Amino acid sequence: MSALLEVSGVTVSFDGFRAINNLTFSIGPAELRAIIGPNGAGKSTFMDIVTGKTRPDSGSVTFGEKSVSLLKLSEADIARAGIGRKFQRPTVFEDQTVAENLTLALKAARSPWRVLGWRAKPADLARVQALAAQVGLIDHLPRKAGELSHGQKQWLEIAMLLAQEPRLLLVDEPAAGMTLAERERTTALLTEIAKTRAVVVVEHDMDFVRRLNCRVTVLHEGAVLAEGSLDHVTKNKDVIDVYLGRG
Amino acid sequence: MRITRATYVFLISLICLTLAATVLAQAGLMSTSFVKTLGKTLCLCIAALAMDLIWGYAGILSLGHMAFFALGGYMIGMWLMYARTAEIVVASLANSPLPATAAELQQGIASQIFGVVGASDLPAIWGFAHSLPLQLLLVVAVPGLLALVFGWLAFRARVTGVYLSILTQAMTLALALYLFQNDSGLRGNNGLSGLQNLPGLEAVGQDRLSLWFLWASALGLGLCYLGLAWIVSGKFGSVIRAIRDDEARVRFLGYSVESYKLVLFALTAVIAALAGALYYPQAGIINPAELAPMASIYLAVWVAIGGRGRLYGAVIGAALVSLLSSWFTGGRVPSLPLGFGTLNWVDWWQVLLGLAFVGVTLFAPKGIGGLFDRLAGLGRPDRKGAPLGPDAGALQEREAVE
Repeated sequence: MSALLEVSGVTVSFDGFRAINNLTFSIGPAELRAIIGPNGAGKSTFMDIVTGKTRPDSGSVTFGEKSVSLLKLSEADIARAGIGRKFQRPTVFEDQTVAENLTLALKAARSPWRVLGWRAKPADLARVQALAAQVGLIDHLPRKAGELSHGQKQWLEIAMLLAQEPRLLLVDEPAAGMTLAERERTTALLTEIAKTRAVVVVEHDMDFVRRLNCRVTVLHEGAVLAEGSLDHVTKNKDVIDVYLGRG
Repeated sequence: MRITRATYVFLISLICLTLAATVLAQAGLMSTSFVKTLGKTLCLCIAALAMDLIWGYAGILSLGHMAFFALGGYMIGMWLMYARTAEIVVASLANSPLPATAAELQQGIASQIFGVVGASDLPAIWGFAHSLPLQLLLVVAVPGLLALVFGWLAFRARVTGVYLSILTQAMTLALALYLFQNDSGLRGNNGLSGLQNLPGLEAVGQDRLSLWFLWASALGLGLCYLGLAWIVSGKFGSVIRAIRDDEARVRFLGYSVESYKLVLFALTAVIAALAGALYYPQAGIINPAELAPMASIYLAVWVAIGGRGRLYGAVIGAALVSLLSSWFTGGRVPSLPLGFGTLNWVDWWQVLLGLAFVGVTLFAPKGIGGLFDRLAGLGRPDRKGAPLGPDAGALQEREAVE
């Protein structure tokens, strides 16, 4: 199985501090992967690099069958290439309705001219309805997103991510601020999505990672410390040292 | 397009106003100069609509749009002045014993227009001034290209917020300073004058011309309103409001934020320029002071007072404040004796306007348009920490803040 995303030998320094140090990572086209690591391990920087927000000093990042380098593309180009990102803090457009938020995210032409002439077709409306139903927001379509609860905003953002129909989803702490019931739904949804797409979940919460039941990559000081099943990595001596302190 | 009630109300009010002004002017109850003031106000409303699109909807606080407005005025002014001067020169040369050659004619026009700045040659930028269609093309092309180049440089470098505002101020100031020079080719600080006289229409008279311009301005405002209402009602409007609220997020949705900003900047520049091209023939004169940084700041103040992010708000703000402004600064408002001194409105109007701006910013961020929301019972729901939704597992507002 060839990899969908290949990150190899990537290094980033901020004012001399090496946030990412010779990082190598790859994920297949239909795979769920959790990335864990202590604060400052480089989890967010890693996502910034893949989505084009941060440019690495060296190394390569390629995506898709044709191994397109992402380093030359803008954030918008990368998103259009099929990489979706969900932020830790729910970032929906609070001044617009749930339906408008979803419509914005729907896979469609993105250039100003095409968007200017764009009008919703029945298929688009149906798709918005289906997405809203999938995340339990079907009754909230005409409401402004700013009125939703924190958990509902998280759901809306996940639905927006799905609306983009990305091939790779980068999800930053999806369970933050969710209740137990919501976490279970999130887990089920993420595993479902990962049957057809690649999903990378960055998470602090070990319980949640255990529930995902997938391969785990442990980051530490900007490099991969260990990789494997959760049980495998939690038995790793380096991981124990990093997480529990060197005593 | 679904035409909203606000659009209907707006268009009907505009038609009523225009008809009322026409009837009053015909009956001799409204002076020609007031008809011109009304027509000019409508043009300022068009510029305010452009400002609302770029600032109220897309969040780009451009403080340079009056530069495009004035450039539009200069471009149409060049044709007006050239054609009018040509008529005068032809008339005066008609008395000479020999018929005038083309070169003599050209020379006559040039020395008529540029004698005031001590030049007698027509600068190259007046090359199109003989032709109305070409000069009309320049009304769109010059401000449009300037906006494209400026916007491309600024947005590509991701200049945003207050830095962009400062850059646009610098742009309009630089243009004004350039035009103040006598060798800029546009008559320096004299500017272009006599623009109220349309070539070939001397027989018509200003009272009639002023009405024609009022109708043209009203038509322009109506069309512009409809066009912009169409733009902001669709997905494009949704995208630009999203850019205003969180442009990084919009990028991650795959929209090229910079292209959108550039399109908006150029589009609003062209709208402002067309408004200027309608405004200055009514004003009669244009000079580089019209490009002063302050003019563009006024534009932002009008939109803020009227209410950002709603088209009728921009129109109300521009109309109200500019009409009040011409009333107060016209010297016809009686001074207010305060005991310890007299309040002279010509001097104190700007202070009042400044205070009004501060007041609106602090107490009514939605401006006058916000009052309409209150009437319609819209506005933010006042939940006060009550359960947020019927869904099981939805958090309380208190938790959401944490």
